[in-house]
Amino acid sequence: MDFDEIRARANSEWQALEKSARPSIFVGAATCGRAAGAGAVLEAINEALTRHKIEASLTQVGCLGLCYAEPLLDIVKPGRPRIHYGNLTPELASQLIEDYLIKDNPHPELALGASGHGTLPDIPRLYELPVLKPQVRIALRNCGLIDPENANHYIARGGYSGLARALEMTPEAVISEVQKSGLRGRGGAGFPTGLKWEFSRRAQGAPKYIVCNADEGDPGAFMDRSLLEGDPHAVLEGILIGAYAIGASEGYIYIRAEYPLAIERLKVALRQMQDYGLIGDNILGSGHSFHLKIKEGAGAFVCGEETAMIASIEGKRGMPRSRPPFPANSGLWGKPTNINNVETWANVSAILEKGAEWYAGYGTEKSKGTKTFALAGKINRTGLIEVPMGITLEEIIYGIGGGIPDGKRFKAVQTGGPSGGCLPESLLKLPVDYDSLTQAGSIMGSGGMIVLDEDNCIVDTARYFLSFTQAESCGKCVPCRLGTKQMLDILEGITGGDGKPEDIDLLQRLSNSIKSGSLCALGGTAPNPVLTTLRYFRDEYEEHIAERNCRARVCPALTTYYILPDKCQGCLICLRNCPAEAISGDKRMVHVIDQSKCIKCGVCLEVCPPRFSAVAKVSAEEIATPTEPVPVRALKPGKDTDSK
Amino acid sequence: MEPDIKQQLGDILSDYEGDSSELIPILQAAQERFGYLPEEVMAGIAQFLKLAPSAVYGVGTFYAQFKLTPTGKRSIKVCRGTACHVRGADRILQEIERRLGIKPGETTSDLEYSLETIACFGSCALAPVMVADKTVYGRMTPPKVAQILADSN
Repeated sequence: MDFDEIRARANSEWQALEKSARPSIFVGAATCGRAAGAGAVLEAINEALTRHKIEASLTQVGCLGLCYAEPLLDIVKPGRPRIHYGNLTPELASQLIEDYLIKDNPHPELALGASGHGTLPDIPRLYELPVLKPQVRIALRNCGLIDPENANHYIARGGYSGLARALEMTPEAVISEVQKSGLRGRGGAGFPTGLKWEFSRRAQGAPKYIVCNADEGDPGAFMDRSLLEGDPHAVLEGILIGAYAIGASEGYIYIRAEYPLAIERLKVALRQMQDYGLIGDNILGSGHSFHLKIKEGAGAFVCGEETAMIASIEGKRGMPRSRPPFPANSGLWGKPTNINNVETWANVSAILEKGAEWYAGYGTEKSKGTKTFALAGKINRTGLIEVPMGITLEEIIYGIGGGIPDGKRFKAVQTGGPSGGCLPESLLKLPVDYDSLTQAGSIMGSGGMIVLDEDNCIVDTARYFLSFTQAESCGKCVPCRLGTKQMLDILEGITGGDGKPEDIDLLQRLSNSIKSGSLCALGGTAPNPVLTTLRYFRDEYEEHIAERNCRARVCPALTTYYILPDKCQGCLICLRNCPAEAISGDKRMVHVIDQSKCIKCGVCLEVCPPRFSAVAKVSAEEIATPTEPVPVRALKPGKDTDSK
Repeated sequence: MEPDIKQQLGDILSDYEGDSSELIPILQAAQERFGYLPEEVMAGIAQFLKLAPSAVYGVGTFYAQFKLTPTGKRSIKVCRGTACHVRGADRILQEIERRLGIKPGETTSDLEYSLETIACFGSCALAPVMVADKTVYGRMTPPKVAQILADSN
């Protein structure tokens, strides 16, 4: 079958779906949609369709990125726009099927927005919403819109036409197209993709290998998972184009085992490609052959590093080695190897489909195109977003993300995972591009973006990242293996109330040694979370050390819970819930926490009825309380408390 | 090696060619079958791949996924990713530790539950997240822990 035939068949299937006389229903069923309850919503829809004897097509799609509104459901009635509903329960979904499909009431109050042709009264356009308007979806172009297990959906929306175009060009022309687009590696380091390909193209040796890095290890990052779950062919097409450009005949997708659904979707996609002759020998009659295998990771963060990943694919301990030689010349089994990240590959397929100039029209002078981010933490609209490079942090956090929940104050945004840093409020106007973020002491990284509010402790955050890198250090380089341990010990001391004034200097000196004495980027960037927090939030470190004060009241050793004697009504709720049995009291007797037994779990604060609000959590402060339970009445305002 | 283990290992190895690059997938398949990597299984794999037993052991201890001691029937995993951390993953973990009486990396004495922490599940928008067997639970609170542990029984 030639590509025109494949495309014609895909188009007719897609048009049949779009112009169908039956309604179409789409449910977001990526990992996070499922965790939010998409499975029960699917069941409820199926049940409602059967009960009302409605003929409709029901499709599971990937992630639209509106994670804050999961589970999501779209309904298209013939001749009507696609209406996107969010925050569904099985009951609401079942009601919607009945009310919209039978009684023609689209429930505008439940709709997020509408897309596609036509409008409906009282329902806004989805892509005009503040969360989507600033976004430009290139890598995520199909996520949440198509059935990721149906190659025809991908092909009908322009898929594989980039590959078809590339196969008619010379490999050198393909590389030059990618160079012209200005695409830089989306795994985080930002190396120019076209240049990397050129090195592999020119390298001597056969066979040549392609590796897709899907070992998304940064905690707080889920862009690659969503992309593979929502549109695997976009990535696979990019890999095929890269293989043709550098002359690779074999390849691997190295994907973490924690992503079972993404692995399954890749396997389905690979089978479909075989059926269409898009992979294997003599692809689309071009004479070019390429074979691709999936390798599951086994839980080692360092394997995201190129040379460690190569060792892992070869079946060894995933430890980095010194470069040069670079993988472009000596990679897998000593052969030329080109490694790019999932998102890079998904951009490649779009660039070859629509051209380098189109792509370079987005972004800034040195950072072209778009970048996906996983927006999470203390933010109203958590989600997966894709924005043009150069957008400011403020536009992302307040425009797209809708700001900080519960009226809390913004403290910092963490970018780049354990290799990145925490940026303060004064840098919210910073444009998001490779060079600006590096200058500010953080990095672009793979795209995790975690918002911290006033309730998060900056020293605790730095300690958290060091505990991660310390555990994930492969142990090869002494400065990384021992240095991260020393840094972690010091940070645990500071958060544990044993900080010393000289600790800050020592942290800085250790940071410099680790950065200069480590082979790979894990050690080379591990001190970044400490260095940026020292640069922008030094006062919080000093408060922990000098005053034993954790202003966010997070560090347990510096935090104390008290039951306020003038507010406690002696209701026994906290006493019964305290896991440490640290609370004494009786009915209508003021309860008292035995501080020597308290494990600082915060359960008392959580369960105390809001109308009493009798539990206080403080740091570097003492509240006078009775030593023994006393009758509630004895402590009405105006009377003396039996304080310690 | 016990005849039963030998036969099961033989079944697993029959899917592979004997190339050393197959070590990690074989260890993954063996762990899936046995629940962990018994010493004699690792020795059998070394023989099959013509590797030193120490090389197999080295890989088995390097990667977090591999367990060298028996694990419980139910697997409880708590995400300690950044988003989960800032949204209170520690309190979820504490509550599970308290209810099961074990720490991460441990198994209850009745071999019912194993508890571990995972760097990140990538379901950050639903933080904090825990996984019981293969089901992901999002927006966790300490009171929800009891229910999930009971449900998985």
